[in-house]
Amino acid sequence: MKKVTQLITGNEAIGAGAILAGCRHYFGYPITPQNELTEYMSREIPAHGGCFIQSESELAAINMVIGAAAAGARTMTSSSSPGISLMQEGISYMTGMELPGVIVNVVRGGPGLGGIGPAQSDYFQAVKGGGHGDYHTITLAPHTVQDMLELTILAFDLAEKYRNPALILADGLLGKMSEAVKIPMNYKPRMMKKDWAMTGCKGRPPLLIRSLFLNEKELEDHNLHLFRKYAELKRKEVRFESFQTRGAEILLVAYGTSARICKAVVEAARTEGIRAGLLRLITLYPFPEVILKNLASRVKAILVAELSMGQFVEDVKRVVSDTVPVYFKGRVGGVVFSMEEILEKVRMIARKFIPHKRTRRT
Amino acid sequence: MPVRFLTEGIKPMAKKTVFKRPESLTDAIFHYCPGCGHGIIHRLIAELLDEMGARERCLSVAPVGCAVFAYFYFNFDCMEAPHGRTPAVATGLKRVHPDHLVFSYQGDGDLAAIGTGEIIHCANRGENITVIFVNNGTYGMTGGQMAPTTLLNQRTTTTLAGRCGVNHGYPLKITEMLALTPGSAFLARGAVSSPQNIRITKKYIRKAFEVQDRKLGFSLVEILSPCPVNWRLTPVQAMRYIEDTVVKQYPLGIVKDTTSP
Repeated sequence: MKKVTQLITGNEAIGAGAILAGCRHYFGYPITPQNELTEYMSREIPAHGGCFIQSESELAAINMVIGAAAAGARTMTSSSSPGISLMQEGISYMTGMELPGVIVNVVRGGPGLGGIGPAQSDYFQAVKGGGHGDYHTITLAPHTVQDMLELTILAFDLAEKYRNPALILADGLLGKMSEAVKIPMNYKPRMMKKDWAMTGCKGRPPLLIRSLFLNEKELEDHNLHLFRKYAELKRKEVRFESFQTRGAEILLVAYGTSARICKAVVEAARTEGIRAGLLRLITLYPFPEVILKNLASRVKAILVAELSMGQFVEDVKRVVSDTVPVYFKGRVGGVVFSMEEILEKVRMIARKFIPHKRTRRT
Repeated sequence: MPVRFLTEGIKPMAKKTVFKRPESLTDAIFHYCPGCGHGIIHRLIAELLDEMGARERCLSVAPVGCAVFAYFYFNFDCMEAPHGRTPAVATGLKRVHPDHLVFSYQGDGDLAAIGTGEIIHCANRGENITVIFVNNGTYGMTGGQMAPTTLLNQRTTTTLAGRCGVNHGYPLKITEMLALTPGSAFLARGAVSSPQNIRITKKYIRKAFEVQDRKLGFSLVEILSPCPVNWRLTPVQAMRYIEDTVVKQYPLGIVKDTTSP
């Protein structure tokens, strides 16, 4: 496949990925730090014969996504933290109505209006449901601009396959920075047949797309059906990257921007004789539980680095239970930890758990 | 008076169907309360889709409220939307299927309160969809609370002493507001309070559907409809209340029509 290398921002890479994936219906509302994506779509979607609407609110945007998804289109919206909060009602409806669609959250610091710097403080909202009711959104975490493109394509495929919304959980740093990206120019999206979509009842019985089930047993059955899909996701769609985990004594666990920094930390630690490794999560939901349990049984300690007060770390602790000590390093509000800050924490853990190893003190 | 059947004395050979259920309605029994206007309005839409031959290319969006179950009665594709968001959902449908007939069906709480933003911007974009706006001046499904369209002094479960403008706000004439948007092409207000008004309302809906098919812009038909149970009136009294009182606040007629100079 012919690939063209371009220097583009993460936000634009998501747009490029969406276009490649066959998305021709985009609805969005401006918010920093993801405006390059909305602007990109306003140019590229009409150029590809699609529909771009700058909606009056995030509420309207997610509901336009609902309509376009119900109509059978590959459709997307994007926003940042406060706007994503506004979309939660619609995302809950989408899971209830089993509609595919891609939602991009270029996360910024919170709570409230917060700031516009990069953060990972929307983790709970992303992976635990976020709105009302029992449900999950498929959640993918890019850590490079290339990932932004590739995971967006994957998000469309997974959303359609499981008839469930998929979320790209990026952050302001990944959205705003530029990297060289390889763009597969002749990519052909794998569109699925949608016999459930609203196309008019010509030649078939009328169909109904709903999330309302007033009969309690019927609603319970609907929930059980949704969770069978989530169980299948856990079996089939878990994605992660093991980075220098072979023989590691200290395991860093991170995703997104944090994972990017942790890669440098692992390499620096190894030069100091500390056998560190990194488990980078690509799917946050479904959570890579098996590999984490497996690695946890072989290391002396785990360090979770995330740009929040400690959300992702709760899931890591849930999975590894008490089998191994779990340490946490977090910065919030748009502040990003330096490589040195995390490395110092790694050294501290190494001194405690690997006393026979000489570790450099600073 | 002894009960007489219309078919009495007529031989089976001579039977001819002169009135029947439109194909665009299912044979499900309406759940609506006695004297409710939704059944009449559902039927008007269904008759029109039959007459226009549009049933198989119709996509509809049901609201949150009493008419959420419209999808059990409409014999064509139908979906649900979050409360107030039907114009946005209908926008998504229409942009994917621009040649289908797309309509949303909304109540006054759905359209004129929680969905104000969506309806105004949908009209302002000139979306080629039709909105059927059922105005009964109350939140019927939740038990008769005040709606934005509730008349002054009208008693509801949240305005027991009657709606007072200073405290509760004033009746909102949202169809007139929508007339200010350049994207709206046809706006009208009808009622289901008499056979004559029902026929006029049907004409309005036909016109709205035609405006949509000709891609002239946004169309909406507001329909004054009775809610006898929550108005604490008999069905007949409720119809009279529309004709004597409600129309003074919400006058019937075409509000905007860009197709006629």
